[in-house]
Amino acid sequence: MDWNAILLSLRLASFTTAILFLVGLPTAYWLASSKRRWKFLVEAVVALPLVLPPTVLGFYLLLAMGPRSPLGQFYESLTGQLLPFSFQGLLVASVLYSLPFTVQPFAAAFAGVDPKLIEASWCLGESRLTTFLRVTLPLSWPGVLTGMILSFAHTIGEFGVVLMVGGNLPGVTRTVSISIYDAMQSLDYAAAGKTSLLLLALSFLVLVVTYTLQRNIWAVWPKKS
Amino acid sequence: MAEEIVAQFSKRFSGGPSINVDTLRIACGRPSIAVIFGASGAGKTTVLRCLAGLERPDSGVIRCGDEYWFDASASLFLPPQRRNIGSLSQDYALFPHLTVERNIAYGLRRSPATERFTRVSEVVRLLDLAGLERRLPRQLSGGQQQRVALARAVVRRPRLLLLDEPLSALDSPTRLRLRGELRRLLLQLGIPTLVVTHDRFEALALGDDLVVIDNGAIVQSGPVQEVFSRPANLAVASIVAVETVQPARVLNVAEGLLVLSVGETKLAAFASDFPADTRDVFVCIRAEDVILQKGESRPSSPRNHLTATVRCLTSEGPMVRIDLDCGFPLAALLTKQACEELDLKPGERVVALVKAPNVHVIPR
Repeated sequence: MDWNAILLSLRLASFTTAILFLVGLPTAYWLASSKRRWKFLVEAVVALPLVLPPTVLGFYLLLAMGPRSPLGQFYESLTGQLLPFSFQGLLVASVLYSLPFTVQPFAAAFAGVDPKLIEASWCLGESRLTTFLRVTLPLSWPGVLTGMILSFAHTIGEFGVVLMVGGNLPGVTRTVSISIYDAMQSLDYAAAGKTSLLLLALSFLVLVVTYTLQRNIWAVWPKKS
Repeated sequence: MAEEIVAQFSKRFSGGPSINVDTLRIACGRPSIAVIFGASGAGKTTVLRCLAGLERPDSGVIRCGDEYWFDASASLFLPPQRRNIGSLSQDYALFPHLTVERNIAYGLRRSPATERFTRVSEVVRLLDLAGLERRLPRQLSGGQQQRVALARAVVRRPRLLLLDEPLSALDSPTRLRLRGELRRLLLQLGIPTLVVTHDRFEALALGDDLVVIDNGAIVQSGPVQEVFSRPANLAVASIVAVETVQPARVLNVAEGLLVLSVGETKLAAFASDFPADTRDVFVCIRAEDVILQKGESRPSSPRNHLTATVRCLTSEGPMVRIDLDCGFPLAALLTKQACEELDLKPGERVVALVKAPNVHVIPR
């Protein structure tokens, strides 16, 4: 088994989840509470990675991060390194790719909090921010946890975007799914099988935990009403 | 200093009714209870939400003393956090993840710990919540939840308390029991209060002053009993719907049968499970429950035989409203036909008969 690749994937997923937690909270709160008319546009942009082919996302990311793009030049002047084919570049791609898996459960959980409770908190003198921290967040933790678990699992398993943006550098960008693909290419069925089994077990475990925590969001069957 | 909340504003809802409040005045220097009363959908809750700062009116001014809470011409709008009001919503909105104690202390985050502790124990004692501090809201009865929500609101010593249908979430026996208790509690807390209700008996049991709202506009305001007994127009009369409302004292209670005195006149009333130590009440008599009889009083089944003088007759569609004086003003509603047969004229003496169960008693 390619332990290097497994560790890299775990590291990537952990960083991605941490960043998504911080980015997802305000985004989801805004989506859940805003009454702006053009909100649907933001919703669509956030959900785009769900339907966009990973190669398309990877292609545009590569263009955006390349040494000739403003973003790529800015990053190079800051760190002296290039974003594509690096761990940092992979991180940017993973964050964008898993955004809906964080934001949608977060937003659903926030929207499920009774607005009367939030107004009660305002009337008791608490600001919007402290109300969010003292009422909304504690009451939506199952949804928040679901979102984090899903983005973690999704990042572990991503393939297309990683291949486009990161390539296949052992220890730098070769994640676990690329390692399986590699093993298959070199006809090393034993290694591919072992790693695949590990990922299968992990995915199953993640879903079991998720459904136990939160039965309303991402339900496969129609809910009984 | 006698502070006063003065509100004059309008709020439009797209595709819905518009609310036009023309000068609502609430004295908030002294402990008193004002009731906003009106049918469902009349706009009562919107008025309350505008006062709380949860809803922003389209135009007008809301001020408390000389502090402006809302001024459309100056684009000024104070959020609820800065108005120092206590608010109680219909279903109490207790934080389900916090214990009773932490619910009550929620708004005291900025106070030092010792002060927080004294204030919380003070309201816990005052509202009879001792022993429930560690419970979660879902482990409380409806009446207990109401007291916790009240405690949470008053512990910050707001200058105005807003209650939205405070009794509607309770089952009906509890509601009847708490109707009288709530007024006593609110007066004891000493915080000026504004209550919204659509229940006329609740309005009578709770309020000192009454503001009647119909179609989003104030149609009458004044002391509770005055508004109920002297509605300014037919619309108000049909909203308040009780023609005779008088303060009374309970003289005697025996097996549900009450003897009351309204001024010099004695009345018999029937009320099961009437709170034993209550003395001050309102009596309500609906005009259609008053039977008129000419000549001397003869033995008959109704308990109340009141000698009365006809004051005036007013035609109300197929019915005639007869205002009587029997020591207190009493109204009767008769069909035109009955009125003609009795040949009633102002100044005439009649006997008004009212069955004891039709004398509705509301404890204060």
